[in-house]
Amino acid sequence: MSDLALRVQGLSKSYVLGAPPPATMLREQLALWARRALGRAPAPNTTDFWALRDVSFDVRRGEIVSLIGRNGAGKSTLLKILSRIVEPTHGRAEIYGRIGSLLEVGTGFHPELSGRENVYLNAAILGMRRTEIARRFDEIVAFAEIDRFIDVPVKRYSSGMYVRLAFAIAAHVDPEILILDEVLAVGDAAFQRKCLGKIGSVARDGRTVVFVSHDMNAVTTLSQRALRLADGRLVDAGPVHEVVGRYLATLTADTPRGTRVLTVPDVSSAPVAVTSARTLGAGSEATDVVARSSAVLVTLDGEVRRAPRDDEEYFVALDVHGADDARLFRTHNVEQRWFAAVPREPGPFRLSCTIPAELLIPGRYRLGLIVGIAGRQHVQEVYPLLELDVVQDRLVADVWPNHVGVVTPRCEWKLLA
Amino acid sequence: MTPYTVIAPTRRLALPDVRALWRFRELLYFLVWRDIKVRYKQTAFGAAWAVFQPLLQMLVFTLVFGMFARLPSDGYPYAAFVYTGLVPWTYFATAAAAASTSVVTDQALLTKVWFPRLVLPLASVVRPAVDFAVSAVAAVALLLWYGIAPTWQLLLVPAWLALAAATALATGLWLSALHVRFRDVQHVIPLLLQVWLFASPVAYPLSLVPQRWRGLYALNPAAQVVEGMRAALLGKSDPILASLPACVLLVALALLGGALFFRAIERTFADVV
Repeated sequence: MSDLALRVQGLSKSYVLGAPPPATMLREQLALWARRALGRAPAPNTTDFWALRDVSFDVRRGEIVSLIGRNGAGKSTLLKILSRIVEPTHGRAEIYGRIGSLLEVGTGFHPELSGRENVYLNAAILGMRRTEIARRFDEIVAFAEIDRFIDVPVKRYSSGMYVRLAFAIAAHVDPEILILDEVLAVGDAAFQRKCLGKIGSVARDGRTVVFVSHDMNAVTTLSQRALRLADGRLVDAGPVHEVVGRYLATLTADTPRGTRVLTVPDVSSAPVAVTSARTLGAGSEATDVVARSSAVLVTLDGEVRRAPRDDEEYFVALDVHGADDARLFRTHNVEQRWFAAVPREPGPFRLSCTIPAELLIPGRYRLGLIVGIAGRQHVQEVYPLLELDVVQDRLVADVWPNHVGVVTPRCEWKLLA
Repeated sequence: MTPYTVIAPTRRLALPDVRALWRFRELLYFLVWRDIKVRYKQTAFGAAWAVFQPLLQMLVFTLVFGMFARLPSDGYPYAAFVYTGLVPWTYFATAAAAASTSVVTDQALLTKVWFPRLVLPLASVVRPAVDFAVSAVAAVALLLWYGIAPTWQLLLVPAWLALAAATALATGLWLSALHVRFRDVQHVIPLLLQVWLFASPVAYPLSLVPQRWRGLYALNPAAQVVEGMRAALLGKSDPILASLPACVLLVALALLGGALFFRAIERTFADVV
């Protein structure tokens, strides 16, 4: 088969979990060796965690294939193996062509160096020759739209400029097989469109793209074929619309509705946590179907398990995702216009969040939960948390139904003249 | 059709992939270039620090060991004697320390892109050679000022530099691979280098080392490098240390062992770091 780009056969990757923990102290390791040598060490109680299990597939030249699945399904591990960053435990992958992978935007950027210097450095890290970089330099700068700032250290760049430059370099490396991980999740909408266009044109040139995304919109517009991973196994493969459709259906089947009691992470990792969540419509009973004319009330019961330090502030946030799994927006308990702060004393608390009426168009929505320490870290993340349907009211139909777009905020119109 | 690359579990014992290393030679160049650029950004004196550092050390050593302790210096002015020892030592110590921490220092690269990992310790050994060149030229100037003219032996400087680089790389290969797993290494390095400094004839002449220890002493490659480089710079004609071939063999073995060890551990770097 001469049009093969990638052949993956029985690829597996295991990590060792449990005792002994990865010894970070030489002393512990030496002591362990000594005890083992004396025959006194208990058999190490290790459990293997299979991040990837017996995955096989082929990718033809010029194909754009997307990898989908939930967090922890093994997508990133697979990309890391194909990029040769980690080694598989079993199996093999044959790659027919020069491979370029972009698992992160701006790998190896040095803040002190100028944009120009970083182009050379980053391109070299991605495997480009100096002569090649010099030849494509102007193209890269033009694509990134930062020509005026090319000699300024990148530590003075805005995050948008930084990301644009980084993507521009990666997009001009021109490998025969391109591996992308979630890189489209950055940058503003206009730049994202430009990146999508670039990826599409890469494939039209006969090159192959394998990419991971949580944005089902990008997945379906870009790729013809999708592979779905779950718990490290390849569970579905085929035309993108079919695979995505089945994936969204499993999300629906697995997502609780109405009420949910959560398993809470350990206190050491989560000093604050949400223990249960409910969605309510017009009534006081938990429900998973809400009329468009009524607000969606989400109540969250939680517990402060360790008081925050003086410079810490706990927060709770909700994500609202549409049926295609794209996130519509995130809302925090503490924002500019309201201040429902999590109490600072240990003990239970209850928060509620009202998603305004007539904002969501009829359809299926999934909520995600994020609990964390503001500006520091997330201590609890649950997605999908709850699923609900917003339905058209049977009695009060919109006079002028407007379901173009994804949300319908109340915008005020006036006739001024 | 044969695949361009095959990804599969590798054998545990293998030599470095020289072809891949050659393909990534420009990355080596850019890593060296990056570190040199970054090091002198926002400094007032820039590359002059390459001269200041051994020069200031020379002043301290001259004051303490030359004037207070009155250590002998083979008949040369003590300042010239110690500076010609500090130039190779500074290169060796900087290279060995940088190579030993190189893999962990660039872990952000390690977990996101593939390249032959050997590039990292290699770049760390090449980079201080630039500072070395600057301070070696300063050494020649200093010697001229003392009225010591360079001889043909100056041509031996690159050979001694090569031995210093090989020793630093061998040290770096072992320690950097261990460092990924055991962060203890970063505490060991300064201690190791301090002991190593006093086990090399930088501040004192070889004649102070008791005769019965000389055999063992000569197996220290840093001692060979310091003594050899000093002789090359000063144009000393008397024989330096015996058993140079044995020492070179030792370095070669350490380098080979280091390369095998690095290669065996390298495949788990991204999993562990």
